[in-house]
Amino acid sequence: MTESLDLIPVLPELLVVLAAMALLMMGVFRKGDNTAAATTLAVAAMIGAMLLTWAVGGSDRLVSFGGLLVLDPFAVFVKVLILAASAITASMSLNFLDKEKLGRFEYPVLIMLATTGMMIMVSANDFLALYMGLEMQSLSLYVLAAYHRESAKATESGLKYYVLGSLASGMLLYGISLVYGFSGTTSFDGLAKLFGGEHPVHPHLGFIAGLVFVLAGLAFKISAAPFHMWAPDVYEGAPTPVTSFFAVAPKIAAMALLVRVMTGPFGELSDQWRQVVAFIALASMFIGAFAAIAQNNIKRLMAYSSIGHVGFMLVGVAAGSADGVQGVLIYLAIYLSMNVGVFAVILSMRQKGRLVEGINDLAGLGKSNPAMAAAMAVLMFSMAGIPPLAGFIGKFYVFKAAVDAGLYTLAIIGVVTSVVSAYYYLRIIKVMYFDEALESFERSGSKALGLVMAVATLVNIAFIAVPGPLLTSAKAAAAVLFPAAG
Amino acid sequence: MFEIGLSHYLIVAGILFTLGVFGIFLNRKNVIIIMMSVELMLLAVNLNFVAFSSFLNDLVGQVFAMFILTVAAAEAAIGLAILVVFFRNRGTIAVEEISQLKG
Repeated sequence: MTESLDLIPVLPELLVVLAAMALLMMGVFRKGDNTAAATTLAVAAMIGAMLLTWAVGGSDRLVSFGGLLVLDPFAVFVKVLILAASAITASMSLNFLDKEKLGRFEYPVLIMLATTGMMIMVSANDFLALYMGLEMQSLSLYVLAAYHRESAKATESGLKYYVLGSLASGMLLYGISLVYGFSGTTSFDGLAKLFGGEHPVHPHLGFIAGLVFVLAGLAFKISAAPFHMWAPDVYEGAPTPVTSFFAVAPKIAAMALLVRVMTGPFGELSDQWRQVVAFIALASMFIGAFAAIAQNNIKRLMAYSSIGHVGFMLVGVAAGSADGVQGVLIYLAIYLSMNVGVFAVILSMRQKGRLVEGINDLAGLGKSNPAMAAAMAVLMFSMAGIPPLAGFIGKFYVFKAAVDAGLYTLAIIGVVTSVVSAYYYLRIIKVMYFDEALESFERSGSKALGLVMAVATLVNIAFIAVPGPLLTSAKAAAAVLFPAAG
Repeated sequence: MFEIGLSHYLIVAGILFTLGVFGIFLNRKNVIIIMMSVELMLLAVNLNFVAFSSFLNDLVGQVFAMFILTVAAAEAAIGLAILVVFFRNRGTIAVEEISQLKG
């Protein structure tokens, strides 16, 4: 028995955690306002961790902590996305924190700790590691949601997130305890061997109940319907930069975690969970399409839009094939580029000294700031999935995998709800270009916001021309989860 | 004679867990009660883990229970901190009053 405490695969996590502690020290011992310096250092550390992830993770499967954590191409792919999401949203928030006088050095530290939790989640190879990563992420996110502590709305959103998040953790844990009790192991490899291998065991009913509890807990974390009720409130109440962070990084991490759990330990039981995942996907697509129509707050709208996107991704998970997972990974990368772009636009619009949040307040943006309106229009078209923009490619791969797996109904309903959701995306474009302006906008963007906006828009336009690198790396990442097929 | 087996532990844990879940949804008075319900759920999970661990002669369950205890403490601390901040803003912690955000 050779169990080594190999720390090489967790070097990126260690870098982020150590940098977070160093920033805490800096916050304590350095006088004055440290927010800008701390955020810059945090972004640098996360970019460093991204490069380190690339350098450490090859095409092999590296394990550390005696099999608790694993670093394979799937984990590398998702970690790069998460670190990019955290670094981008952290650099976008400085402008807002500065204008709202909310600067505190804890902000980048919390983002880094949440990011570490997410990295542990996607590397988890055991339910214990999964739980610790998930809680590290969640605890930091509860605090971030209530970050604006003088605002009644922000603290309310933090409280709601906390209560419902703890409930989800409880359900997840209850599921894990049943899975452990009826199989005798919490290790993903052990579970996969138990139900696959040469003498597959037929799962006990208690085990299936545990699986459903785990699935419900994870569905909550990706805000899939019917466990989505927290998302609109939290997105609306939290400070906008925090919302932009919530919309991308935790969603990517939890979705990747769901994919790993469903294809790894429960991979042989896909007959048991496919119906449940398909139902969650259906419900999320419907909620995302229809509930968003009546929204007037753009942050709330983005919450429903992200619920819908999660539904589309779950279609790929329900397919349960390497193609499906590849589709999910492509979708996640494109989702990241669309969302950071939209939030960069939202964060650059101010009227009367506060951030624009109502959709009707966007009126006249097409005349007063044509560049920003054009960027927003491209991103909205991309979100609606109109070819040839990137959003279309993401949906295409997910639905193609579903059709190949024989899930025709799911794919057709997906396309229909996608058309319905185009209504509210196009409504934003209509308001920007054809409605008369009521208030004039203040110039309040920053260089970082402008850069993110421009790059995100260009990525969404140009993706169709050079999709190669993303497609091949997503394919390689998906292939490691299905060793039998390759 | 009557002997206490694994199923008894599981039933007790199941009842405690259900009480916790209902405590969150049925309680209309006070957020502190919600937090107590969450703790009840986590304790039910711990009971499950320890019962299974002893039944399976496997230590992983007890290790897991230790981790849950630790995280539950951290979670309660953060929850109370958020609650204090909320109380400062609104002057109440009644569940009906947590209703500024909706739609």
